[in-house]
Amino acid sequence: MAIDYSQLIPNNVDLSSDRRLQRALENWQPRFLDWWKDMGPDGTSAYDVYLRTAISTDSNGWANFGYVKMPEYRWGIFLADRDPDRQIAFGDNKGKPAWQDVPGELRSTLRRLIVTQGDTEPASVEQQRLLGKTAPSLYDLRNLFQINVEEGRHLWAMVYLLHAYFGRDGREEAEAMLERHSGDPDKPRILGAFNEATPDWLSFFMFTYFTDRDGKYQLASLAESGFDPLARSCRFMLTEEAHHMFVGETGVGRILQRTCELMKEHKTDDVRSLGGIDLPTIQKYLNFHFSVSLDLFGQEASTNAANYYTQGVKGRFLETRVDDDHLLVNATYEIETVEDGRIVRKAVPALQALNERLRQDYIDDCAKGVLRWNKAIERAGINFEMKLPHRAFDRQIGAFAGLRVSPDGRVLSEAEWDAHKDKWLPTDEDRAYVTSLMGAAVTQPGQFAHWIAPPARGINNQPGDFEYVRFN
Amino acid sequence: MDPAAAPIDFRTDPSRYKHWKLTFENGVAYLTMDVNEDGGLKPGYKLKLNSYDLGVDIELADAVQRLRFEHPEIGAVVIRSQRDRIFCSGANINMLGLSTHDHKVNFCKFTNETRLSIEDASIHSGQTYICSINGIAAGGGYELALACEQILLADDGSSAVSLPELPLLAVLPGTGGLTRLVDKRMVRRDHADFFCTTAEGMRGKRARDWRLVDQLIPPSKLVEQTQKIAEEIAAKSSRSKHAKGIALPTVERRIEGDTLRYANLTVEIDREGRSAKFRLNGPAAAPPSDVHAAGAAFWPLALAREFDDAMMHLRLNETEIGTWVLTSQGDAALVEAYDALLAKNSGDWLVREIVLYWKRTLKRLDVSSRSLIALIEPGSCFTGTLLEVALAADRSYMLDGVFEGSNLPAATLRLTSMNFGPYPMGNGLTRLTTRFLYDPSLVDDLKGEIGEALDAAAAEEAGLVTFTPDDIDWEDEVRLAVEERAGFSPDGLIGMEANLRFPGPETMETKIFARLSAWQNWIFQRPNATGPEGALKLYGTGKQSKYDRKRA
Repeated sequence: MAIDYSQLIPNNVDLSSDRRLQRALENWQPRFLDWWKDMGPDGTSAYDVYLRTAISTDSNGWANFGYVKMPEYRWGIFLADRDPDRQIAFGDNKGKPAWQDVPGELRSTLRRLIVTQGDTEPASVEQQRLLGKTAPSLYDLRNLFQINVEEGRHLWAMVYLLHAYFGRDGREEAEAMLERHSGDPDKPRILGAFNEATPDWLSFFMFTYFTDRDGKYQLASLAESGFDPLARSCRFMLTEEAHHMFVGETGVGRILQRTCELMKEHKTDDVRSLGGIDLPTIQKYLNFHFSVSLDLFGQEASTNAANYYTQGVKGRFLETRVDDDHLLVNATYEIETVEDGRIVRKAVPALQALNERLRQDYIDDCAKGVLRWNKAIERAGINFEMKLPHRAFDRQIGAFAGLRVSPDGRVLSEAEWDAHKDKWLPTDEDRAYVTSLMGAAVTQPGQFAHWIAPPARGINNQPGDFEYVRFN
Repeated sequence: MDPAAAPIDFRTDPSRYKHWKLTFENGVAYLTMDVNEDGGLKPGYKLKLNSYDLGVDIELADAVQRLRFEHPEIGAVVIRSQRDRIFCSGANINMLGLSTHDHKVNFCKFTNETRLSIEDASIHSGQTYICSINGIAAGGGYELALACEQILLADDGSSAVSLPELPLLAVLPGTGGLTRLVDKRMVRRDHADFFCTTAEGMRGKRARDWRLVDQLIPPSKLVEQTQKIAEEIAAKSSRSKHAKGIALPTVERRIEGDTLRYANLTVEIDREGRSAKFRLNGPAAAPPSDVHAAGAAFWPLALAREFDDAMMHLRLNETEIGTWVLTSQGDAALVEAYDALLAKNSGDWLVREIVLYWKRTLKRLDVSSRSLIALIEPGSCFTGTLLEVALAADRSYMLDGVFEGSNLPAATLRLTSMNFGPYPMGNGLTRLTTRFLYDPSLVDDLKGEIGEALDAAAAEEAGLVTFTPDDIDWEDEVRLAVEERAGFSPDGLIGMEANLRFPGPETMETKIFARLSAWQNWIFQRPNATGPEGALKLYGTGKQSKYDRKRA
């Protein structure tokens, strides 16, 4: 069956004249749709959703709003525009023209990076597939779906690279991405955080704020890659990722706002009796999601990260704006690590510390949203401050794994940890309470669940009672 | 080794393991790898991701050995990992980077002997090894799997086997990986070529289709399926399920200056002459009626353990002692009686293990990279099993007659049935067959000499010794031989000896050692691996190695 690709798959990679790519996508596209039906948002095929679709990369092409049935969403393939003079900005190949094809010796390295990045995209869709049943409003439901279809598109972006540049192996990897499933004991997703459940909307907002932000930093460092198609793909994905983090930040912000309203109105801290989510519980969720996301950056001292950099495969955040030699052969970088059970600062070779550097950029970025949340709490006249826990808190990967550390960075004994951990991390009871608030989806336009405030403005400047989803 | 550092001790037991857990269930032993990062043998590296150094392998070798002697009820052994998503990532690269060349080679040699002993247990002891891989089995990790009879791989889309040495480190897999791939698992050579140049290795269906693993198992069922497979194999094992094992207590030894003293063995080091004199003592009394009751004190077993420990000690801790002079002392008739007992009870599981252990110990002597000179003097007891030690030597000197003023009778050699089969070398042939490759009928003729006391003239006639000086020439001849040896280049000697010691057919075992010695050691010396910009030196720094592109 001939497919009109330009219609079905908006793209700027000349799909209609690329036979190899067409063959690969003909095979893959039906599987992707099956995957979407099986593992995407549950029971939503018939909904008309007010979605944004990218049909080109220019400013008025990448945000087309309209009602779409999600299985008919036009997942496009877009790369940021090519700069014909682009040079590799770092590592041994610094100053050489960016690669338009995969260098042989970097083939498996690049493939692994692309697969690892690509694997996270469908994973989060799988993690979030049941959230629609408990959406606190049509506005939130629509945002969830927007994120889901865009994660789908990000998968496409990575699959495009695999199909276009990695031959048979690439095709096999693309298939495997649809075979692994989040939380599946037999075929789990590659990274741990993407096998955790996202059971409720507080988790969802925390996930989109903290975990999708890891995605932003990974994409940003891949956007520096000497492999130009990867760099251009990631650059375009970053524009979409921003919306996901916006959903997370405003989502948490709206819950905080509602909690503060309830506290003020009833002059009580006991928000749970009023059907809201109390501030300490929100802080616990923050602690959990922040530390899980920190783990995604990998080991403090990483040979792989060093190799990726030297080879020109994966750069630093905003590499070209960093003021140094971009080789880092003799440079050092100060990291926090563990020695004899104590947290110490020490200088290590900068090349091996690139994960930690990226993690630091990420932490700085996370802090900005927390600052805005705290301003809102302050404006509401409530005396409470949300805090990012110390980087060593509750880590499972890297030097701090297994070390017991309080959120303010004190090393604890096992007994001290046990005595306090329920104050710092969500308990089964906390989770049960938050889950209990997740009632049936709120489907009336302009209505919101009791525990969350409405947004300051609508999507694409739509009015507050706009019907973002039609259930048909 | 740094002479100031404590010597590496090969004696351990499960209560002291840092890196392995040994458990038992339904006739199956589970050897579970959980390497302690901070438990390296030397400072300066962390054993991350279940990577290993010599210390980890010493424990593994000990476990393999104990399973054979202490656990006759065990018919299958499962090697697996305690870690989530990592089976074993092979030899620790930082350790290799920090190690001297001789340590690297000794380390590889020891790990190879351990892998071969695993195969020996599967093939000859009815203790079949199965490898259950969850996660990554890279380099030495996959080589460990290759030593097992069955490889089970979690089919989770990420568990993989790989030999990334060439692409990542510019060296070869050092523990027989390449050889076992094509010789044991018979992986097609073009597939093997692709596999060995793919750093991330292979997983899932392709790994199975290419014969790299035997079975794929969903990870949620890996533990129970492994158990089921192992229990089925154990049920079919030839081992004595209801027998009681014997304990292997720590081998006792005293190091007094340059002398190493065991109950049945003394080693005296002559630093000046860069040689060590082994004196293997024969049994003090007739064989006991009950080998099992005698246990680890049973003379052939006690001596094998001591000889084995001494060789490992000298290999690792005395690298400059290049010549091993092999002597024995005792009553030949008693040695013969022990040999008769071993031959007669070859169906008994413990006797079988003891004979197999002597076979392995003699093989260790064969590949020890030392010049071996046997001195057959009055009072010696080179009989049967102990005669193999003399036959393993590069040269032997037998005194013709007696020493003036000594009341010891003239030296004799004695063949037993143990010289005609139970102790094959790595090439699959007995030492006698290897010796008389030019005329195999000579070996048959020698069967007629079993039990005869052969004096120097008869031994020379039979071709069992190299030279037979009399007491007037003896001292000079022997001194010159040892001194001359100490003067040659150790590297040249190792190469020459290895070439001459293993005539006859190639086996997987001879290939493994020969290729290790020849290719790996050459590559280990080359700048592409170990030069300042070599891959092994730069691994982990993020700096890219610069290769000399010439094909040599």
